[in-house]
Amino acid sequence: MITLKPGLLATILAALVAVFLLMPLIAVVPVSFTPGRNLSMAGDEWSLRHYRALIDNPAWGKGVWLSIRIGLVASLFSTALAAAFALGLWMLQPKFAGLYMGIAMLPMVAPPVVSALTLYFFLTSLSQWNGVIGYDTFFGVALAHSVMVAPFAVVLITVALSQVDRRIDLAARSMGAGLMTRVFRIIMPNIRFGMIAALFLTFVLSWEEIGVTLFITSVNAVTLPRMMWMGLRDNIDPAIAAISVVLIAIVVAVVLIKTAVQVRQGQKRQG
Amino acid sequence: MLRSRLFLLAPLLVFLALAYLVPFLGVMRWSVTLPEPGLGQYKTALTDPLVLSVIWRTVRICALVTVLAVAMAYIITLLWVRGGPVMRLFVELCILIPFWISVLTRAFGWLALLSNRGIINTWGQEIGIFSEPLALVRNEFGVVLGMVHFLIPFAVFPLASAMRSVDERVLLAARGMGASRARIFWQVFVPMTKTGIFGACLLVFVFALGFFVTPAILGGGRSVLVAELIWLRIFQSPDWGLGAAISVIMMVAIGLLLALTMKYAKGTGR
Repeated sequence: MITLKPGLLATILAALVAVFLLMPLIAVVPVSFTPGRNLSMAGDEWSLRHYRALIDNPAWGKGVWLSIRIGLVASLFSTALAAAFALGLWMLQPKFAGLYMGIAMLPMVAPPVVSALTLYFFLTSLSQWNGVIGYDTFFGVALAHSVMVAPFAVVLITVALSQVDRRIDLAARSMGAGLMTRVFRIIMPNIRFGMIAALFLTFVLSWEEIGVTLFITSVNAVTLPRMMWMGLRDNIDPAIAAISVVLIAIVVAVVLIKTAVQVRQGQKRQG
Repeated sequence: MLRSRLFLLAPLLVFLALAYLVPFLGVMRWSVTLPEPGLGQYKTALTDPLVLSVIWRTVRICALVTVLAVAMAYIITLLWVRGGPVMRLFVELCILIPFWISVLTRAFGWLALLSNRGIINTWGQEIGIFSEPLALVRNEFGVVLGMVHFLIPFAVFPLASAMRSVDERVLLAARGMGASRARIFWQVFVPMTKTGIFGACLLVFVFALGFFVTPAILGGGRSVLVAELIWLRIFQSPDWGLGAAISVIMMVAIGLLLALTMKYAKGTGR
């Protein structure tokens, strides 16, 4: 029970921070309706030309589709590896658990730019051996994204496992359940929310990944963020504003729906 | 038993070893072999005035960003953890929505707001507050704003968990003994959330050091930070050896920072 509520000063300061957090997201909207070719405000005249450009220029659709495919591959692959790893640590509690965890966390802890250079080295080396998995290819990007997002899946699944009662696994084992039965019939159902969260987070992280993607792609594997980057660097293309408004709208819708569901569940539990 | 251990743990470890550890060794090799064998690139990285000025600027900006982001996050987390139900919901939306929006969109939002023909300059000139557009972006000011904006949600989570574990009875005891609200906040509440503040500072500072996208867009090539310098040395004016050497130095610096923190955390028994 919280007895001391924040005072007026704290509320005003927090409101200012809230404005600061939301301001740049709102600022995108008037820019997206500008009739001009460069970044400017829509004045009296509003135009949908930059939204039309998103549809008319096939490159945007291709970028979106590529990002979705890469996100799915990276999400499934990294979550599968991370789940096996986290399960391994949980079930076996090996001697060097700390060391293994350290290796698994490395891509998350290391500065993104160092990871980017490392993966650039990795993929250009692979390119010398084959043309399928390598620099500026679909599988190359998916592989690099898997490296970058796997630690996040490990964290989420490990947290989910820490809530599981070990005794149910012990009970299953004492009744003769094999490893596969224990994993898929006993433990997995208990961590399903952690697994779903891991799949979702890794997909989103891959979908918006840009730091590493910049290093490992040039003209073929142009993901959506990579496409946006090209429009942001020199002359700012207002189509970026239009796509930004679309992306912001999706996030706002998802977050609002999720919050509404939570609030309703909370009310049900109370009522 | 041994077989199953390998079967579960090995795939991720082998994958990361092949796709991350071994290539990092390759980057280290670049740093001592390109353009010629030796430690010349490390000498350049640590003595060249240009590289040193970039490193100094990075540390300075990251320190400023850390202080601003953690202070702002502290205020908003306070409302999130201790406010009324409606306030909590509103604050949660203000944190979660920016958190899920990509770094590019957020950087672009600042451009829309701050650039010469952006909202602030357009309105300011229309109303007549200033006649010339203000230079708000493509400089350090814009970089700091963009980085603070990106990092606030990350600082919120460690702060929130520290604030939630504060024992309410201690605050009540302080009030019962006649402490003012301000005094309870500064002398009881803030010290009790010290670990959270420390964790948030570390997280934000380490994240800020490796930052690349926001400074590259909002700095407009004028206030280059270390991460962007590495990119420039690899792709713009190729000097792979130097880029690799700076990367290795960065990795070592962050490793030391984290190791020191762990030692400190153990030392204080937390």
